[in-house]
Parts: sequence; structure tokens; C-alpha cells
Amino acid sequence: MPEEQRPEGKPAQDAPPATPKPAPPPRPAPKAPAVMAATPWDGEIPQLLKEEFGDQLRECASYLGQNFVVAKPETVVPILEFLKFEADFDYLVDVTAVDSPQRPERFDLIYVLYSFARNERIRVKMQIADGFRPQTATGVHLTANWLEREVFDMFGVEFAGHPDLRRILMPEDWNGHPLRKDKSITDMDNRWVEEHLGIESGQ
Amino acid sequence: MPDTTFLDSSELVINMGPQHPSTHGVLRVVLKLDGEKVLGTDCVIGYLHRGVEKIGENRTYQQFAPYVDRMDYCAAVSNGLGYCLAVEKLLNVEATPRAQVVRVILTELNRMASHLIWLGTHALDIGAITPLFYVMREREAILAIYEKYCGARLTTHAFRIGGLQYELYDGFEQEVKAACDLILPKIEEYETLLTGNRIWISRTKGVGILNADDCKAYGVTGPMLRAAGVKWDLRKAQPYSGYEQYDFEIPTGANGDTYDRYLVRMEEMRQAARIVRQAVDKIPVGPIMAKIPKVIKPPVGEVYVSIEAPKGELGYLIVSDGSPQPYRVRVRPPSFVNLQSLDRMARGALIADVVAIIGTIDIVLGEVDR
Repeated sequence: MPEEQRPEGKPAQDAPPATPKPAPPPRPAPKAPAVMAATPWDGEIPQLLKEEFGDQLRECASYLGQNFVVAKPETVVPILEFLKFEADFDYLVDVTAVDSPQRPERFDLIYVLYSFARNERIRVKMQIADGFRPQTATGVHLTANWLEREVFDMFGVEFAGHPDLRRILMPEDWNGHPLRKDKSITDMDNRWVEEHLGIESGQ
Repeated sequence: MPDTTFLDSSELVINMGPQHPSTHGVLRVVLKLDGEKVLGTDCVIGYLHRGVEKIGENRTYQQFAPYVDRMDYCAAVSNGLGYCLAVEKLLNVEATPRAQVVRVILTELNRMASHLIWLGTHALDIGAITPLFYVMREREAILAIYEKYCGARLTTHAFRIGGLQYELYDGFEQEVKAACDLILPKIEEYETLLTGNRIWISRTKGVGILNADDCKAYGVTGPMLRAAGVKWDLRKAQPYSGYEQYDFEIPTGANGDTYDRYLVRMEEMRQAARIVRQAVDKIPVGPIMAKIPKVIKPPVGEVYVSIEAPKGELGYLIVSDGSPQPYRVRVRPPSFVNLQSLDRMARGALIADVVAIIGTIDIVLGEVDR
């Protein structure tokens, strides 16, 4: 695999990611980080999705053999429903988010789906801004209940129509959403710590 | 309407846990009861939340590896395997053949150890105290192998990204075989204690039924799904680490009740031993580490990799931004997702059955709360 630079602790030049580098002979990117080299994904399912949802889909691609679909936020739940009933993707494996605060649409919401009949996995993704309330998937997959609660707890994404949107891992009266990038790993809700633990600060 | 007193009220809300011994740690279940009948449950979790995913964003890929062992500490080796496979996928490398076979051996031993713990505690919850002592005795043989191999017994950190840290010690093969030879007859012994036991049957048969459709709707995987009759195991469906080379069966049940889940897990231990015996006979020679850079900087990208952990599908979604630290690590914990089905199974059951149902889900709160 990529023969990396030996000396550790000299991060200097390899910082800026953006520039598309000329393809070097053996492998992409020993120095500047390679961009996610996703290839277009063709086949039966993207075909079906394109017919049904048309320009609501932003991208059908695959990376390292793993297929994913990026769609407009309003269409994600209809897509989950369509995939469940028309293409047998009947198992919602996971719902999670990734925070990129430098973007205007800062959250990537990711739904991992699996089909027992096809033995295939798909990820359905959307990008949403802070404050946008995506539709809940609990109507399609019951398991989304706790998974969405966790996304709400960790990122502060509120799901519209969720039957029971409460915090799940953090205490109910905790302030802040820990997995947002602007929360440092040492950030505490000092008010909560003082009130419940009777000490000045968690740190 | 006459004034109601507390005697008129038929609904009672009681709190089970977080310090209740049958909740396997710090699970708190708020039970709504009508007499002894459960009308509804609400799980309160998070007492053991350590922010593992946040820690992952603040450590390098190698530094984070020991942390994953501390989620499901009964199956630390499986956690490590899933994480290593996910990072290897992100790097687009594979562990060496020798490392892969050793990984399978240690992971399957871990499956047996995890199921042994489950058996002991589950039986204890229901009132059978003897199996706990027996399973601890047999599990010791597995932990001794881990200890000799990597120095740790529980949170082993046995694997490294790209392969293994340590070469096998002399006599590893013999000890692994001896452990299998020791445990297999003991599984028969446990079965003589429980399988035909009238108390065991009446406490588990027909209790906590979750059929295949419900399992899929709740995302329930692992032995619970198989006990409902779905012959699905990631080791067969999407083999990793060379599982396709081994000959083994996927045990399934028919009724999806607590008793079937018990039978499935018992059979899984036998199948795990079968895999271990095949693997130990064909450990190839060769290097134990693939060529991996000292500083791991995967290309920008995102992967989801999952394995069949003892409790179900354990997945890692890792997002790389090209730096030595993961941009985001998401763990898809089987215990967390499976626990969600507790409400479905407990509704309409008796309060004593809740204890059996929590036991049969096989949760580890370290993994539920992360």
C-alpha cells in the first residue's frame, strides 16, 4: 500500500486537500490526501431510483465497492419506503450523522440499508443545514426510533414526526450536543455537573 | 365519580435497575404494570456513556483500537476485528493470510467465551445458579490462551490494523485444541442441566417471542434473528477474514422465543469450536503484518464494514478526511439495537419474564451506552 513518509511529526506540506493532483504512476496520494474517488454506480437499483425520483437524486455512486445514494432531504424517507417495498431493502441497519461545520449544509445524515433477499447494502445520504428538521423514518422502519434519538442527542438534529424524540444517552437536562465538531472532547455542561454532582466542573 | 384512592388505580409504575442484578449492568427499565402484567416498558440507558465515538475523533487510527475493546468487553476480540477490518477497508489493504486465520481462531474462541458468560448469567437470572460456576471454569481456558498470547484476558487488543502484533507462542495450536476438547463435552453437560429441565422450559418456552418480521422491523440481528427462523449470518452472507473456507452450519430456531434463542446459542458454541478446529489445522506460515505505513492516513472517504459479533451485526462507519485521525467513527452496536425490541417482547408478559427477556437479548451495557 501507499509507501508513506517515514519521519513522523512533520505534518508541514501535506495539509491542503483540495487541489486535484496529476495521477502519479503507481497509486494515488501518498502526499496530499486523495479525494474520495467514488465511481458512478449503475445497475438495477440506481435505475429504479432514477425512474422514480429523477432529479431528486444528487448522486448514485460507489466507493470501494460500497454503493450509496445522495438525495435531497425531502426525498430520503420516500426513498427508504420505495427501497423497502419495491426492492426488498427491509432492514435499516443504522442511522447516523457526520458534522462538517464549515459547510452551509453541515450535517450528512446517513441511513445504512440492507436487503436480506439481495444480500446487498446501500447507504442513503442527505445533507442538511443546522435547524433543518428531516422527516422521521420511524414510519418505515421501527428501528429508526432509537437510532434517530441518538442522532438527535449527539448532533441536535430534530426529526419531524418522531414519536418520542428525547435524549437517549446523555442526561435529559444536559445542554449541548457532544458529537458536533464545535464541541471539544473536554467540553462539559458545567451547570449540569455543578447541579447534579456538586462539584465545580467536570474538567 | 367517587374519589379515587391508590387502591383503585390498577396501573403501577416501578423502576427496575439501574442497580438491579438482572439488568446486567446499569440498565434502568421503567415498568408500567397492571398487577404482575407488564403494560409497557421504557429503557433508560446512558449510565455508562463514555463518548467512545468522540474519543475516536481525537485519537489516531492505531490509538483508537484499544478503546473499541471496552465497548462489548465480553467480546473484545470481535470488536477489535470489526474495527481493524473497517480501517483496512478504508486503506484498501488486507491482513496477511496467516493473520486472518489467527484472527478467526481468536474471534471464534471469543464467541464461545461470550456465549458462556451469557449462559451463566441468563441461567442465574432465571434461578439456576449452578451453570454460572461451570461456565466461568470453562471460559478460563479461553482467557488463559488470550493471556498467554497477548498478555490481556478481557480487553485484549489482540489485533492490529493490517494483521497481528504478536507471533503465536509455542504450543498455541495444542492449547487451542485442548480448550475445544475441554469445552465441547461441557456444553453437553450444561444441556443436561437445562435443556430438558422443567423449570427452565416453563420459564423460557413461549416467553419473549419475537418473530422474523418483528426482528427485521426492529433491526434485530444475531442469535435473536436466527432463533426466529431466519438463516442469516454475516459470516456466510458476506464472508470476511476467510470465513468462506470453513465448514460450519448456521443454527436456527422456529419459534423465536427465549428457549429457541438458548438452543441457538448453545449450537453456535459448538459451531464456533468446529471453525476453530478447522482453522488451527491450517495456519499458514508467513508474515503476520501486511505492509502498513507507520502513520495511517487513509484516503478521503467513507466506509461501512460490519461483522457477525456474538450479539449480532457489529458495524463501523468510518469517515476519513485524509488526516491520521478519523473524522468520524460510528459504531453500530448490536446490543443497543437489539435492546430496543425489549418493549415489544415484554408487553403482556409477567414481571418475572422481563428478567428472562433482558437476559435473552444478551446485552452488554458497555456497548449499549458506548
